[in-house]
Amino acid sequence: MSVKVLHAGLLTTIQDTGRFGSQKYGVIVSGAMDSYSSRLANILVGNNEHEATFEITLYGTTLEFNEDTLMAITGGDFQATLDGVIVPLWRPIVVKKESILKFNSAIKGSRAYIAFAGGIDTPLTLGSKSTYLRANIGGFKGRAIQKGDIIPIGKTDKELIRRLEKNDINWSINFNELICFKQDMVIRMLKGTEFDRFDKVNKQTLLQNAYTLTVQSDRMGYRLDGPPISMAEKFELLSEGVTFGTIQIPPNGQPIILMADRQTTGGYPKIGQVITADLPSLAQLQPTAQIRFKEVTLEEAETIFVENELAINNIKTGIHYKLFH
Amino acid sequence: MPNQQIKANMKPLGDSALIVQLGEGIDPKIHEMVKNLSELLTKHPFDGFIEYVPAYNNMTVYYNPYIVHISQKDERTAFEKVCVHMNRLINQIHINTNEKGRLVSIPVCYGGEFGPDLESVAKYHQITPEEVVRIHTESECLVYMLGFAPGFPFMGGMNPLIATPRKETPRLSIKPGSVGIAGKQTGIYSLETPGGWQIIGRTPLSLFLPDQSPPTLLKAGDRIQFTPISSSDYIKYKEMG
Repeated sequence: MSVKVLHAGLLTTIQDTGRFGSQKYGVIVSGAMDSYSSRLANILVGNNEHEATFEITLYGTTLEFNEDTLMAITGGDFQATLDGVIVPLWRPIVVKKESILKFNSAIKGSRAYIAFAGGIDTPLTLGSKSTYLRANIGGFKGRAIQKGDIIPIGKTDKELIRRLEKNDINWSINFNELICFKQDMVIRMLKGTEFDRFDKVNKQTLLQNAYTLTVQSDRMGYRLDGPPISMAEKFELLSEGVTFGTIQIPPNGQPIILMADRQTTGGYPKIGQVITADLPSLAQLQPTAQIRFKEVTLEEAETIFVENELAINNIKTGIHYKLFH
Repeated sequence: MPNQQIKANMKPLGDSALIVQLGEGIDPKIHEMVKNLSELLTKHPFDGFIEYVPAYNNMTVYYNPYIVHISQKDERTAFEKVCVHMNRLINQIHINTNEKGRLVSIPVCYGGEFGPDLESVAKYHQITPEEVVRIHTESECLVYMLGFAPGFPFMGGMNPLIATPRKETPRLSIKPGSVGIAGKQTGIYSLETPGGWQIIGRTPLSLFLPDQSPPTLLKAGDRIQFTPISSSDYIKYKEMG
């Protein structure tokens, strides 16, 4: 089974939930920007939730299927059509051979995910299928998908397709508690490791103003624009580990939030850290979106993390029952 | 013997990672502690542990707080539980000063098109380019950590006589293998990336080897000896792969 790329779109890459274990070698994690949507797309087609999906950015991408299969689309709403008819999101879809799936432009969110039953059949590099563009590894030939590519898809459970075709699917999952698609958002953060190196005025600047997501933002980092933040005293920070959601203050005072393709280490002061549970919503912001930061405690952040994992587990149990019973 | 003297400080890096601080500055002794702790953590991971990243004087430990939470059900936060585990390992740190890291020789073709900043580095210090090469190749450097790009070594131990500030305007693209100086540090670019280091030469060796395990030529703890080679040797190395 495979899908043929008729239009590449702006930036469509193959991503799983990340390349872990090689950061000590300087190899970045990569992976889906909105990991909740990617995991849920896989769950909807009966895959392992950490399987790779297509991550489609803002607009474009047209695919042709060369066999009957099962897929699910999650994340942003790009008004995707299947043979000209709008496709429902957040549920499994049976696709017939030669069907054409076309993504238009995002009316909600900024990243859409497609999972195919059986997964994407590209090789693992350092344990992951995620595309790392700068190093040309992972994904399809280490690059974004291009027109004319034929992407191999894993084997589909034919019996499952037949069964789902018979019982009309009239349900979808509720993602509202996990991901927010508002473009004017309160993002919850923890104190960063250098938070207390900033004086009261500068801490308040970050926590009391809205910051705009600039067009210079990408999978590597979100560059924000707003009242600049400065440090009373300059100090030299040696490079050390950073992570997804680290909020750094570079010399120009405009915050940068590190995203999926961040470098493994950084040397700018870290004023804050976006809580893991808010990263998927952050990943769905479009350029010009407004962000306000709200400080929470580590206890709160951990509690929300655990609640969200339990919610995903519940969805998984429910879907598994619907697909296989 | 077990070291009870180590004062480690742990601070959360968000809700899924923490930084274990083992000292300050760039110091081979602290580096030994970081290395030893890395080995201990590899041997004794905890449920929910994902990976670690060693740095000059600390180590970042990445974990899944949900798995930490379900593996030890009590009132403590996942952060506190991971701290307890790390403290137990820190108490077992042995510093073995006799054990030296592997010595790796890095052939470098200095100057010319491979080292466009060699002349300006020499001028900055009012010495000749040959002296810069001599100083750069005469002392051993220590790889403290890999970061910035896959296989990019952050090294200490370069003779401070050739310490040179970064370029005011970074280059948009630097070829892999380029050997550079930034302040007191020396490093080798592993991928084609933008960068602001002063480029004095280039090695024909590949630093990032994605099909091998580990995927890098160098690792933290390696001792590096730079060896000057001619441009014809550089080409020969390249041809041999």
